[in-house]
Amino acid sequence: MKMKKFLAMLLAGAMCVGLMAGCADDDAGNSDPGNSDPGNSDPGVSQPAGEASGTFTIGVIGPLTGGAAIYGTNVLNAAQIAVDEINALGGPVQFNLIYADDVHDPETSVNAYNTLMDDGMQILVGTVTSGPALSVVPLAYEDRVFTVTPSASGDDVIEGNDNVFQVCFTDSNQGSRSAQYMDEHFDDVKVAIIYKNDDPYSQGIRDNFVAEAETRGIEIVSEGTFNDSTSTDFNNQLTAAQAAGANMIFLPIYYEPASIILTQANAMGYEPTFFGVDGMDGILTMPGFDTSLAEGVYLLTPFAADAEDEATQNFVSEYKSRHNDEIPNQFAADAYDAVYIVYEAIQAAGVTSDMSNEEICDALIAAMGDLSIVGLTSAGSEMTWDDNGAVSKDPTAVVIENGAYVTP
Amino acid sequence: MKEKKKSTGGLGNYFKRMKTATKVDYATYVGVILAFIVVTICQSQGLLNRSMTGMLVPICCYVCMAVSLNLTVGVLGELSLGHAGFMSVGVFSGIITSMSLQSTISSELLRLVIALVVGAIFAAIVGFIVGVPVLRLRGDYLAIVTLAFGEIIKDIINCLLVGYDEKGLHIALNIDGKKTIQSLGLSEDGFAIIKGAQGAAGNERIATFTAGFVLVMITLIVVLNLMRSRTGRAIMSIRDNRIAAESVGINVTKYKLIAFVTSAALAGAAGALFGLNYSSVTAAQFDFNTSILVLVYVVLGGLGNIWGSVVATVVLYVLPEALRGMDQLRMLVYAIVLILVMLATNNPVLQGFMDRIGEKFKRQPRKAAAQKGGASHE
Repeated sequence: MKMKKFLAMLLAGAMCVGLMAGCADDDAGNSDPGNSDPGNSDPGVSQPAGEASGTFTIGVIGPLTGGAAIYGTNVLNAAQIAVDEINALGGPVQFNLIYADDVHDPETSVNAYNTLMDDGMQILVGTVTSGPALSVVPLAYEDRVFTVTPSASGDDVIEGNDNVFQVCFTDSNQGSRSAQYMDEHFDDVKVAIIYKNDDPYSQGIRDNFVAEAETRGIEIVSEGTFNDSTSTDFNNQLTAAQAAGANMIFLPIYYEPASIILTQANAMGYEPTFFGVDGMDGILTMPGFDTSLAEGVYLLTPFAADAEDEATQNFVSEYKSRHNDEIPNQFAADAYDAVYIVYEAIQAAGVTSDMSNEEICDALIAAMGDLSIVGLTSAGSEMTWDDNGAVSKDPTAVVIENGAYVTP
Repeated sequence: MKEKKKSTGGLGNYFKRMKTATKVDYATYVGVILAFIVVTICQSQGLLNRSMTGMLVPICCYVCMAVSLNLTVGVLGELSLGHAGFMSVGVFSGIITSMSLQSTISSELLRLVIALVVGAIFAAIVGFIVGVPVLRLRGDYLAIVTLAFGEIIKDIINCLLVGYDEKGLHIALNIDGKKTIQSLGLSEDGFAIIKGAQGAAGNERIATFTAGFVLVMITLIVVLNLMRSRTGRAIMSIRDNRIAAESVGINVTKYKLIAFVTSAALAGAAGALFGLNYSSVTAAQFDFNTSILVLVYVVLGGLGNIWGSVVATVVLYVLPEALRGMDQLRMLVYAIVLILVMLATNNPVLQGFMDRIGEKFKRQPRKAAAQKGGASHE
């Protein structure tokens, strides 16, 4: 009997080891961003003042495991592509990418930040999600670490600090731009909103959407809420929206609950126009979802993977070739842009990697004011930043037709 | 004193055990103090990296959480799955206190202390309100109700809007989801403290490691002294045999409440310290998973074994961070370590082996036995 138990434990152990081996193999496909000490500063090669040079250590913090892992991995993979491209140029400015997983948890994110600081991080590309960003950004502000967040869209993320810049629109912008778009492109809309009231992202966009809708005179006929534990059934909210005569449903939520809403609305025979924001991105690649249900869904996204321009095409094909034909989402595009923004800012500011974090940060902040960059996520327009760190670029909405994003 | 558990054996033996327990208690205090001194010296010499330094305060908070939960689970013998709920109460009442005293009290330390006390008081009040009906339930029922309690606290704080201006605190409950921070009617100088689901952001980080250490010491002193007191023995007698305890006239509900409310108050203080260590917290952080996490620390450290809780908490909190080098495997490895430790501590072969070693030592002078006494207390 005892022998049996021992044997069982042994077997379990062996299985686990096997599992790990499997994971390690998967991982080997990725290029090695290297968690080890970078040996970044290279004081021997000091260029004349004004010329940017040296190897800068960039840290990425995001959820690489857990529920929001798809966002974090997209960011990390895309940042790696951008870093490799920049390093391949062979210019005086080189990047060394380090990263840490934060499991979309503020507490872990602070630990991740501290770990990266130990590893010599000079510039932060992160965090990927808003909740953790609110905990990490004040630390980065105190340490004077220049920060570009690809996708933490919360308004509070850039509020009250000079060192944080966003690539994505803020939540308030997403909410008001959605209302603006509806006002300009649709007639006689009666809007129902279904949002997640325990999520700062969803609540924030909803608040700003409602405020903008009021000033524009858009009629909101119904509002339904849900939270983490009730995100599997939306029949009540949909019935209420239908009864109130809504012909447009605004969904400032992530794509998993949105997919359920689409499925249940279809089952009810209710066919309003659905309008999502950047969280809706990813619905077409969601496993087990009938994408035909997403036909005609509008979403406000800065990036469409099948856009015709050359930069997007190159990025998408590179991403696909590295990661088993996976199509990058807008988080990836944001991160790709973020690394290039850092690169351009470094060039413009003429900082060298042997400067202290504070010197680099102050110089880059000064440079950001005059910077204008055309990236994957700016729809051909130039991205510029205000003093607060909020980006200004053209918003784009796409509509899903035949399983692809199409600009209407 | 004679109503102690019947398994204790003869009077001489009882005396020996008593001494052992006291020794283990003192060893626990000394161990924690030594750890504090060593860490402080390392910190002043710059030997600690940032990652370690950043974890010191949360470790202190979780140690208090685990020790206080051990009072409910290990000493009282009732399974509580809502401990994070008390933490949450402490977090947000502590933050509100600290933020609203910002203009009147300039000393950070004083504000921290007041925040911790307020956090403890609020958690104790909530503990009392929950405890009175809940502690009449037993076993699984109690577990389920405390589980629900944790969720209720989370939902309430998700609806809570709190702001502060020169007129005082403005509080609103956003039940229908239609209110925003504007509906509080704050004046121009006012600021929002808790914004519903978005939680509290922009807090001052005033928690320090020293404060954490003091809180751990207070928690240990309160819990250990309670355990060794008359009250503590009454509580343990309820755990060991409720009917026998009742038959000798112990007021079961009263002693259960004492343990439960003390545990809640300590969790509230730990929560307040935790909240003041981060610039933003949301109610969703203190969910069922956090309760389970703390329960894991307690169970792994040994039920009723206080120093075990301390050690288990420190090890299990640091482990996932220490495993960062393993990249994506780290949570898998963490889980495997948990399973292996649980299996090892419950393996009859290993236990028999440990007991035999224990037997050997027991024949030796008492000192060696003292070490063993704590470890096998389960």
